[in-house]
Amino acid sequence: MQTTTTPAVGGGDVRLTGISKRYGTFTAVHPLDLTVPQGSFFALLGASGCGKTTTLRMIAGLEEPTQGTVHLGDQDVTRLPPYRRPVNTVFQSYALFPHLDVFENVAFGLRRRGIKNVKQQVAEMLELVQLGRQARRKPHQLSGGQQQRVAVARALINHPEVLLLDEPLGALDLKLRRQMQLELKRIQTEVGITFIHVTHDQEEAMTMADTVAVMNAGRVEQLGTPTDLYENPRTAFVAGFLGTSNLVPARVTARRGEELVLTAGGATLVLPAARCTVPAPAGAAVLAGVRPEKITLTHADDAAGIPEGRNRITGRIADAGFLGVSTQYVVDSPVCPGFEVYAQNIDRDPRLVPGAEVVAHWSPAHTFGLDAAQDGDAGTAHAEEEAA
Amino acid sequence: MRLLTWIKRHLVVAAGLLTLAYLLLPNAVVTVFSFNRPKGRFNYEWQRFSTDAWRHPCDVAGLCTSLGLSLRIAVWATLGATVLGTMTAFALVRYRFRARGAVNALIFLPMAMPEVVMAASLLTLFLNLGVRLGFWTVLIAHVMFCLSFVVTAVKARVMSMDPRLEQAAQDLYAGPLQTFVRVTLPIAAPGIAAGALLAFALSFDDFVITNFTAGSTVTFPMYVWGSAQRGTPVQINVVGTAMFVVAVLCVLAATAVGNRRRRHTT
Repeated sequence: MQTTTTPAVGGGDVRLTGISKRYGTFTAVHPLDLTVPQGSFFALLGASGCGKTTTLRMIAGLEEPTQGTVHLGDQDVTRLPPYRRPVNTVFQSYALFPHLDVFENVAFGLRRRGIKNVKQQVAEMLELVQLGRQARRKPHQLSGGQQQRVAVARALINHPEVLLLDEPLGALDLKLRRQMQLELKRIQTEVGITFIHVTHDQEEAMTMADTVAVMNAGRVEQLGTPTDLYENPRTAFVAGFLGTSNLVPARVTARRGEELVLTAGGATLVLPAARCTVPAPAGAAVLAGVRPEKITLTHADDAAGIPEGRNRITGRIADAGFLGVSTQYVVDSPVCPGFEVYAQNIDRDPRLVPGAEVVAHWSPAHTFGLDAAQDGDAGTAHAEEEAA
Repeated sequence: MRLLTWIKRHLVVAAGLLTLAYLLLPNAVVTVFSFNRPKGRFNYEWQRFSTDAWRHPCDVAGLCTSLGLSLRIAVWATLGATVLGTMTAFALVRYRFRARGAVNALIFLPMAMPEVVMAASLLTLFLNLGVRLGFWTVLIAHVMFCLSFVVTAVKARVMSMDPRLEQAAQDLYAGPLQTFVRVTLPIAAPGIAAGALLAFALSFDDFVITNFTAGSTVTFPMYVWGSAQRGTPVQINVVGTAMFVVAVLCVLAATAVGNRRRRHTT
């Protein structure tokens, strides 16, 4: 019926320019600029209601932006309906057509574009997702993982310029999810199409994506490679949403070359100036952050043995959770209550039990500085809510 | 003791069989009496076996004309009510518009209102409008009361449909028309079919409203009623039995198709 844009070979970057979405008085997505390079695996990460799915739907054409434009390569697709965009979506609940079998589900896009000989292509695609033998089954006769692969095959067979994935693994159990993560990554490498993946699972985003954009309340908080986001979070939200961070409220006392000297409730901490995201003149308040796994715990009796030049905080162990691979300690310190420390279980010190006086110490290089005006708990609440 | 367990174990089956007998007994009587050769004009007492009525169903004056008329009205009423009702159901579920709540409530009124009241008011309406009573007034009335049933059946189906299926179709290059034909309609089909069947059955055997709005036209239920005053030809039982057999065959066919599809796909 409709003659549609034949998916172009090559394509280009996805460019969002000043794109925003308002529903009445509620702003789902604040004006946003984003470029997704061609062929990359890009993740939009955030808690539910942060605007990530709305952003994805605007790229698909299922939602019309209030402002701004969507470009695919050089083509402005902002006003194109979804059926004219060379973009395909894997929906959150898969949205497989219940009245069609697997074969017809996968062939749907080809048939709508008037392609007559679909048999070969569909067979190849089903082979790629390892569903060749289920071709004549109806969606409800498949397991969750199989349905998910049908949804991927149904979208991929059209060779879209961009594949959009809306929480595609959300409904699967943990083991299957890990397996499908690898599977999707493999397929992406194989076909070389740009994948834009929406998820609230930070681990999923980090294992799969080349680039991650962390979204919060309709804005992109930070964009970068997974390592970059983890090691150098620029906001308290990112620090709390990706993994766990200890954020110590501190004050800058002096600048010593490339380092800032901070004081936090009696303790003196050193922070590389380059890793501080805000201008920090003497007297300024900052949040000094450090990841729990960078920290070493030493019993107070052995404090003398700690090498010079390390940041240290003293306190008492409030809680110790043994996880096999590691032990997670919570240290109560006057400087920072609920200071978290993850220790690998290599040589366990039997004295490190709740109630023990300890020194937590780490290399200054592992410290990062954030704007103190932010809520130090930002991100963590969301992360817990999503995990629940 | 053992008797008690036996009763307990077979209670459900027994209750089921009794209910079935209760439901089917009238049909059985109708069937048996369609093979009767009555002495007088009334077919109320068994005399002796005969297939006369089956061989000459149209021998009674007016019967086959009324049957044809009823079938014609039922087909058109079903068609009209199904098309209108399906569109109404989609509008009510999928779109937000002014007076949607009111429409939603009012659409059920014909189901709740006593039929005879509705029939009387329809007659008043038609007379005041100066419309000649006959085929068209009956058809209009039938479409009207069938509509609520179709809307109810289709609405239930549309409500359980995931709007993302249509979005997925659009995402896969189907324009609005293609989306409707390839995805929306096939998924809504069972609801639409149920509504249509209901409409057909209701229209075909409606007596009260038809009697008020038909004028001098005679439908099959009116014919049966009229002949019951003067004597009941055996052919009425023949038609009744044939209808029953057709209905049973339809159900059997539907079950068979369903079974085969299930076996085919698992």
